[in-house]
Amino acid sequence: MSTAFSASPCPGCISATLASEEVARKLRANLRFSVPGVHCAACIAKIEQGLRTVPGIRDARVNLSLKRLSVEADDGVGEAQIKEHLAGLGFEANPLDQEALGAEADPAGRALLLRLAVAGFAMMNVMLLSVAVWSGAADATRDLFHLISATIAVPVVAFSGQPFFKSAWSALRHRRLNMDVPISLAIVLAVGMSIFEARQSGAHAYFDAALSLTFFLLIGKFLEHKTRGAARSAARELSALEVHRASVMVNGQAESRAVADLAVGDHVLVASGMRVPVDGDLLSPTAQMDRSFLTGESEEVEVRAGAALQAGVVNLGAPLTLRATAVGEDTTLRRVAAMVELAESGRNSYTSLAARAAQIYAPAVHLLALLAFLGWLAASHDVRLALNIAVAVLIITCPCALGLAVPAVSTGAIGRLFSKGLLVRHATALERLAEVDLAVFDKTGTLTRPGFDVAGSGLSAVEQAILLGLAQASDHPVSKAITETLGPQMKPAPLTGIEEIKGAGVQGYFGRDRVQLGRADWLGADFTGTGLRIGDTEARKIETTETLREGARSAVSALQNAGVPVHILTGDRREAAVDIARQLGVLDIQAGVRAEEKLERLKGLEDRGYKVLMVGDGLNDTAALASAHASMAPSSALDASRNAADIVILRQDLANIPLALAVAGSSVKLSRQNFAIAAGYNLIAIPIALAGLATPLLAALAMSASSLTVLANAMRVRLVK
Amino acid sequence: MNVLVVLIPVSLILGGVGLIGFLWTVRNAQYDDPDGSAARILLDDDAPPN
Repeated sequence: MSTAFSASPCPGCISATLASEEVARKLRANLRFSVPGVHCAACIAKIEQGLRTVPGIRDARVNLSLKRLSVEADDGVGEAQIKEHLAGLGFEANPLDQEALGAEADPAGRALLLRLAVAGFAMMNVMLLSVAVWSGAADATRDLFHLISATIAVPVVAFSGQPFFKSAWSALRHRRLNMDVPISLAIVLAVGMSIFEARQSGAHAYFDAALSLTFFLLIGKFLEHKTRGAARSAARELSALEVHRASVMVNGQAESRAVADLAVGDHVLVASGMRVPVDGDLLSPTAQMDRSFLTGESEEVEVRAGAALQAGVVNLGAPLTLRATAVGEDTTLRRVAAMVELAESGRNSYTSLAARAAQIYAPAVHLLALLAFLGWLAASHDVRLALNIAVAVLIITCPCALGLAVPAVSTGAIGRLFSKGLLVRHATALERLAEVDLAVFDKTGTLTRPGFDVAGSGLSAVEQAILLGLAQASDHPVSKAITETLGPQMKPAPLTGIEEIKGAGVQGYFGRDRVQLGRADWLGADFTGTGLRIGDTEARKIETTETLREGARSAVSALQNAGVPVHILTGDRREAAVDIARQLGVLDIQAGVRAEEKLERLKGLEDRGYKVLMVGDGLNDTAALASAHASMAPSSALDASRNAADIVILRQDLANIPLALAVAGSSVKLSRQNFAIAAGYNLIAIPIALAGLATPLLAALAMSASSLTVLANAMRVRLVK
Repeated sequence: MNVLVVLIPVSLILGGVGLIGFLWTVRNAQYDDPDGSAARILLDDDAPPN
């Protein structure tokens, strides 16, 4: 791009390039954001051009595949400011922690790509020579071509085949058989046998087959690596979404420290709207806490000095101080995470379709090749002929459906779901999801989000507009709820002199009247919670309520229509749960369920033969998420819950949950079809090979045709609606 | 048949050039954002940067 500009005749362009180079040296900050809503060229243009006009931002670059944004900005520009600009452009964005994100390079993936490229290069060249042999080159020419093929094939197989050889060797050392054992055997035997044939001026050499086998199966390995790598980097990205730093009071001064470095007895400051990082005792006189992540309760709780706070609860009131009583591995949060690991070990024993097929395939192929060798040896007493036929059998039974089609189907399915804001974290998640026949939802934070109760607060239209104007100026959870509820309905009132008073609220002027939104005691009111005060009138209480998350209704009804009954399992009060359930049309509700009970209820359902999909976000759901047959969590969930879930829902709305089930179902179906196609090819080709009629040309045709058919079939997973 | 002495090295060299070209694109991170590359072709970025 820069060469294009310097070559341009316009002098202004050249000076622009020079100027930007000069500024580039001054660059300090490089910020990264997760932007789940970006999906097309217009979004890229809107974000990049929109941000470049902001003073202080040097460059912005969107990565559409990862739905990530990198911003190069001067020191003065903060994450919050950019986030605000993105919101103005209509995109929801979350800043990512640079340290947790780590380096992005993928050396293993590049190494695989390198081996793949070399194998492809060699395959094409050898194929060129082989075509000449097949079309009739004879005698000295044929021998020369075979020798050239050998010179290319031997080093390339030694280099490109390493991933198969290594995996096969480690399996054999543990006295097991895996897919890579027959593959390695076929490649090595084919090359070895062909070298012997070439030196003996034999008619048939399988160099091209050995190389195309390596090439096709490396594609499968590469796809598999990409899928797993994407899940890993996404998991890193999720943990980068959380702030891993806390403020600690040292000699009366606040000091920023990594959460991992906090010690018992530290006085930790928790700002309004932030999550408590460690377990501790409250030192501030009072505090309002949101415990929904721990218990599922939707109402805020007021606590007094000395109360025990658990890591994970959110501070809704003024900034508070606590004395840490448990840190790191000892916090409630970590203990739950440990419980999750225990529950998950059951899930890891789930054998995937491909693994089950490989358990049949590997011994069967070896047996077949061995029988062919022994049979022909007995019949003809010719070791060379018998070995040639055994090699042909090994090559023709190429496990392309297993090694290529299964990774292609799952890569396609996972990519399709990612583009819809669903992140698949677990390798066997799709297969388990395809078997689900009952869905259990948590309520608070999953089906609902906090909202502002318009009717309950009894405010006039002007008062609501003032409220919206004040709420927009603050990041506090209550303010956010107000903005989300009122924002789409009305325009904010024109306010002047808006300022945020730390730990109290927001204030500004509406005409000549002072207007305030904040803590009740700051406003001089006698209720608890948040209030609004206009001029000299009495402060009014702001009532909060729960509103349904976007897409919750359509997701629930689509699931019910697809024959998957929906249950609600919540730790909240019965009345709150019944109200939400009625709005959604769900009949099975269990309210007031404690965290341990959730797991038991789930086990009860599974004992009755159901395969349960659990959708939840709180710490109280974590164990249930880990033990359910399949599970999903919204990205707003705690680290521990997200790590326990198979699929993380990156967007705010839930409407794509039924799509995940549909894609999972069709990917399992397509994998089965591919096995059937491959079996069909083998049913025709194996008898020919056993009869000793196979030629290298026939082997090449059979292998390419079956590989391409299963690949083309795998692509259909992208079309699922 | 003498033409083979020329043709075979030529085909190997041409293939090798392709391979080196591919390796260059891998090292230059050309495959890090395949969806983005596909979408960016639709953008009008002819205007000089501010």
